[in-house]
Amino acid sequence: MGLLSKITRNCNHATFLIEKKLIKPLSLRERIFLRIHLIGCDACRLYREQTIKISQMIKNLFNESVSASVTLDDEVKKEMQDRIEEKLNQN
Amino acid sequence: MSNELDPHHWVKAHADYLYAYTRARISDEELARDLVQDTFLSALEKVDAFEGRSSERTWLTAILRNKIIDQYRKKSSGINDAELKRAEDEQAEFFDADDGHWNQEPAPKHFGIDEYDPLHSKEFDHILMQCLKKLPALWMSVFTMKHLDEEPTDTICAELKLTASNYWVIIHRTKLNLRACLQKNWI
Repeated sequence: MGLLSKITRNCNHATFLIEKKLIKPLSLRERIFLRIHLIGCDACRLYREQTIKISQMIKNLFNESVSASVTLDDEVKKEMQDRIEEKLNQN
Repeated sequence: MSNELDPHHWVKAHADYLYAYTRARISDEELARDLVQDTFLSALEKVDAFEGRSSERTWLTAILRNKIIDQYRKKSSGINDAELKRAEDEQAEFFDADDGHWNQEPAPKHFGIDEYDPLHSKEFDHILMQCLKKLPALWMSVFTMKHLDEEPTDTICAELKLTASNYWVIIHRTKLNLRACLQKNWI
């Protein structure tokens, strides 16, 4: 396998670099690999678009679940405070 | 600004917040409740160490966060090897073993996500949640710390005891599996 086809065929490594690049800058060598690979690879270019969207979806989902009305029952809360008081009285 | 602790009002002031914080990171309701309760009780033991440099809520959240990470460590050690193996096997099918090229079936194809605006629709959140649930605990822990807490790589590696190269492998695999799961299940 020639050097070029090692780059153009290796979607496993290309997608790895796509993910890494979303978090930190790539080295020169990695940038060159990815750029050459993406020129000829429709599937990985599509992967890149989709994975960016998935990151956005994840972010929204997580932020929503934080702000969503996830609350505790009053009864559970009472029990929690009771245990705190109990412990405070022990000391 | 001086910050003081008032344990008599902790539950009223912070329990819902701490519970929502936990549930965003741990889906098990009962475990989440226990962690919040635990946080209050261990906080009581540490009141002397509180220096008033942060707010009461920030201080309690930091204690809770450590407990959540302990859970992550516990969940991702040992017992879930089978789960991890299954996810890894699944991924081995994505690429040709020799040259790393996409195999035909799992290769990215156009599907609903391409026309979908993730910022303005919540329609597909439930599919995403189903797909997230299938991830091995360790991957999910890394993923949560990364995307929810936006923790830097070094912090995640140190707290979950991962090498940097393990970390990148997990980030890659998680996204590959998630994307494949979405492509398969998108209506």
